[in-house]
Amino acid sequence: MIANRRLTTEQYQENFTDIHPPFDNREGAIIEANRCIMCYDAPCIKMCPTHINIPKFIKQIATDNVKGSARTIFTDNIMGASCSKVCPVEKLCEGSCVYNLLHEEPIQIARLQRYSTEKAMYNNWQLFERRPSLGKKVAVVGAGPAGLACAFYLAKEGVDVTIFEKELKGGGLMTYGIAAYKVTPEFCEDEVKYITSIGGIDIRYNQELGKDIHLKELQDNFDAVFLGIGVGVARRLDISGEDSEGVEDAISYIYNLRTNDFSTVPVGDKVVVIGLGMTAIDAATQAKRLGAKDVTIVYRRTENEKPCTDVELDIAKLDGCNMEYLAAPKEVYADNGNVKSLVCSRMKLGDADASGRRSPVETGETFEIECDMIIKAAGQTPFEGLISSYELQNSYGKVSVNSAYETNWKGVFAGGDCINGGKEVVNAAQDGKLAARSILEYMMN
Amino acid sequence: MADISCDFLGVKSPNPFWLASAPPTDKKVNVMRAFEAGWGGVVWKTLGSQVKNVSSRYSAINFNGQRVAGFNNIELISDRPLDINLREIEEVVREFPDRAMIISLMADNTREAWHEMVKRCEQTGAHGFELNFGCPHGMTERGMGAAVGQDPEIAGMIVEWVMEVATLPVITKLTPNVHSVVPTGRAAVNAGTNALSLINTIQSVTGIDLDTFVPNPNVGGQSVFGGYCGPAVKPIALKMLTTISKDPVTSQVPISGIGGVSTWQDAVEFMLLGSTSVQVCTAAMKYGFRIVEDLCEGLNNWMDEKGFEKITDFVGKSVPTMTEWEKLDLNFHIVANINQDKCIHCGLCHIACEDTSHQAIFKGDGMPYNTYTINEPECVGCNLCKLVCPVDNCITMEEKRVAPDYLNWVQFQEQGLPLNDH
Repeated sequence: MIANRRLTTEQYQENFTDIHPPFDNREGAIIEANRCIMCYDAPCIKMCPTHINIPKFIKQIATDNVKGSARTIFTDNIMGASCSKVCPVEKLCEGSCVYNLLHEEPIQIARLQRYSTEKAMYNNWQLFERRPSLGKKVAVVGAGPAGLACAFYLAKEGVDVTIFEKELKGGGLMTYGIAAYKVTPEFCEDEVKYITSIGGIDIRYNQELGKDIHLKELQDNFDAVFLGIGVGVARRLDISGEDSEGVEDAISYIYNLRTNDFSTVPVGDKVVVIGLGMTAIDAATQAKRLGAKDVTIVYRRTENEKPCTDVELDIAKLDGCNMEYLAAPKEVYADNGNVKSLVCSRMKLGDADASGRRSPVETGETFEIECDMIIKAAGQTPFEGLISSYELQNSYGKVSVNSAYETNWKGVFAGGDCINGGKEVVNAAQDGKLAARSILEYMMN
Repeated sequence: MADISCDFLGVKSPNPFWLASAPPTDKKVNVMRAFEAGWGGVVWKTLGSQVKNVSSRYSAINFNGQRVAGFNNIELISDRPLDINLREIEEVVREFPDRAMIISLMADNTREAWHEMVKRCEQTGAHGFELNFGCPHGMTERGMGAAVGQDPEIAGMIVEWVMEVATLPVITKLTPNVHSVVPTGRAAVNAGTNALSLINTIQSVTGIDLDTFVPNPNVGGQSVFGGYCGPAVKPIALKMLTTISKDPVTSQVPISGIGGVSTWQDAVEFMLLGSTSVQVCTAAMKYGFRIVEDLCEGLNNWMDEKGFEKITDFVGKSVPTMTEWEKLDLNFHIVANINQDKCIHCGLCHIACEDTSHQAIFKGDGMPYNTYTINEPECVGCNLCKLVCPVDNCITMEEKRVAPDYLNWVQFQEQGLPLNDH
C-alpha cells in the first residue's frame, strides 16, 4: 500500500535530521584543525575538483582567522558551504588525506569547511568586494551550482549577471534533488541569498528555457550566455509495466520530498530502488525514513562496481535497506495498473567494459521481488530534446563544449551536469568558476 | 627493578622527583597530597619577609593547540605567616619522614635576618635549605631574589652568612636572568654552598590580549614581567645546567635540576647532564600530583632497559660529550634517507628544504601523491627534513664520512684546507 503520514512528527524530525553534525564549538574545530599537518602540494587540494587550498583554510581556523578561512574556501569554491555537506569527501579530499596512509582517521575537512562557511553565511560576512561595473551583461540559465558559481565569479569581476531559473527557488539539485538529511531547503535558500549578496546578480524565477526564454534572444540581448541547465528525470528502464502506478523516478520523488512536508509524501510498504549511485542511496534511505517497511536496492553488478561510495552504502545498510546484487529489472508486474512486483534477470559478471568495470551479462535465470513501489535511480537523462532543438552540439544529450566551456553557439558557454551527464555539486561549481573566466576573456577581447 | 632512590647530600628520598619551590608546595594540605601521590621530596615555597600577592598571577602560551607549552607567574614568595609555615613543615616531616623536605629561603639582606631565618627553620626537622637567589619579579625590586643571583659578590656574601649558622645542607638556586650562571655558581661554591640548583624562572612577557592590548597576566589593566617556566624553557635550562656541570668549580657540588621537566625523559636528560635530583612544578600545576607515577615508572623501565641499577650510574653521563664547536669533527658527514615505504607524501621535508635549506629533496609529481627523494650531493646533513617529518624513522640520517680521520676546525686551518666552493 502506498500511503503518507506513516510516522509521528517527532519520527519525521529524527529521521531527517542533519546526518553530518557540525562542530558544536570553537574548541572542537580548533582541536581538529590542529591535527592537520599542513601538507605541501597537498593531496587533498589535488583531489578537490575546485582545488580549495585546504591546508591553508584549516590553519586559518586554528589561528582563529575564520574570516580568512571562509575567504580561502570561497575563493576557489563559492558553493563551499553546500559542498561541505554533500561532497563525497571519502573519495575526494578526505579520501586522500595522508592520515589514511598512517591508518588513522583523516582530517574532518568537510566538517571544518562547514565550520567556516556557515559562520560566514550566517554572519553575512562580505569577504569579496565587487569590482566596478564593466558594462557587460551575461545571462546565466539555471540557478544551480554551476550557474551560481559562474554568476558569482562574473559579478565579482564587475559583470552584470541575470540568472533565469525555471523553479521558484535557486540551488538547483541542491535544493530539489539531494537527500534531506544532507541539506535543508532553508539552507539552500540562505546560500543562494549569501552568494548573490555580492551584488550585480539578478535572479528571475519561473523562467524556463525553451518556454519563457529562448537561446537566440539571450544570445542577442547579452554579451555572453552560460547554460547550467542540469539534467532531467531518471533514465527510463524501457521494460514492460514501467508506466504502472507506483513506479517513480528518483529525481521527481526527491523533488517532491524536498518541496513538501515529509508527512504528506506517500511511500510504499515494500519499495524497490533501481541503481546504486548517490541518487539511488538518497532515494532508498529517504523511502526508508519516510516509513517504508522494506526497501530493496537492486543493482545489476556487485558491490565492487558500485558508483556510490562505501560511506553512502553504509548509510543505506544502516538504515536497513536490503541489497540485491547482480539483478537487472526485466518486467514490472501490475495489478489493476498498480505495481505488484518487479521481475529481475539474474546476472553474472562478464568482461570489463569501457569504464573498466566488469559488465553484467544475463544468466537466463529470473526472480521476482514483491513490491508496491519502484523508484528508478539508474542514471539521469539529459534534456536531449531541448538541447537538440537549439542545435547545440551534444553527445547523447550532453552539451559539447571546448576547453573554454564554449558551445558551438558563439558566446554561449555551458557547464555542470548538462555537459557531464550528472556529477557532484563540486564539479558543477568548478565548471561555473572556470566558465566565468573564459566568459570574461571572451567578452574583454 | 632498578633502584630509583636518591641521596642528595645525605638527604634521602625514595625517588629523585622533588616538587620545586612554588605554589604547589605552599602549605601542608598540598604537600601532604603530593607525598601521598608519591613525590620524593619538596622544596617548600620560599619563606622570607612579609609580602602580599596580587590577583591574576599566571599566564601561559599555547602552541598548536597544546595548552601551557610555556607558563609564567608574578606570584611572590609565601605570603602566609612564618609561624604557620614552620609548624606545617614540622607536621609534614613527622608524617612523611622518608621524604626530602627542603625549605626555600629568602631573607632581607642582613646577616642577622639570614641567621635568624636559618635557625628558626632548622627547628622544624626539615632536611636542608635552598637559597632563593632567582625570583625574577617583585622581590628583585627590594634587592632580593634575582637581584642577588645576578651579583656574584652579594650572592657569595649571603651564602657565607648562611653557612655560618646552617647545620643542614644548603643548596643555592641560581637565576637564569644572567648571561652566564657560572660566576654566581662559583661564588656560591667558593662561599661554601653544599649544592646548586637551577634554573629559576626567566623574565618574560607571554603574550598580549589582542582585544584589551594589555599583556598577560592582566592585573587591573597593567602587567609586569613574569617568571617563565614549563616545557618551553627546558632547552635553556639544560644549557645552563651543562655549563655548571662542566665548570671545574661548580661541578664539585651536587646539582638539583629544574626547568620544564614534564616527563621521565626530561628528568633523565637533566640527570644525564649532571642533576642528582630534579624539581618539577609546571607539569604538576597543569595535571596535578598524579604525574609522579609515570615519572617513576618511566625512569625505572628506562634504567632497566639500559642496565642501570641506581641513578648515580648515569648522572652526568652525557656531560663529556658536550664540547666546544672547534672540536667538532668536520669529516663527520650525514645525509638524509627517505624510507619510501614509510613516507606518507606530505611534502613537508621537501618544502622545508626547498624554501629554507639546501634544495636537496626532489619532488616527483604524482596524483594525488608526490614522491620525494634526496638529492644526495646537495644534502648538508642539517637534520631539518627529519625534524619536520611527521613519521618516526621515515627519514634517517646516514653516516657518509668525508674522510676516515677526525679533523676539527683548528686542524683544518693549520692544514690550510680549502673552504666550500659554493
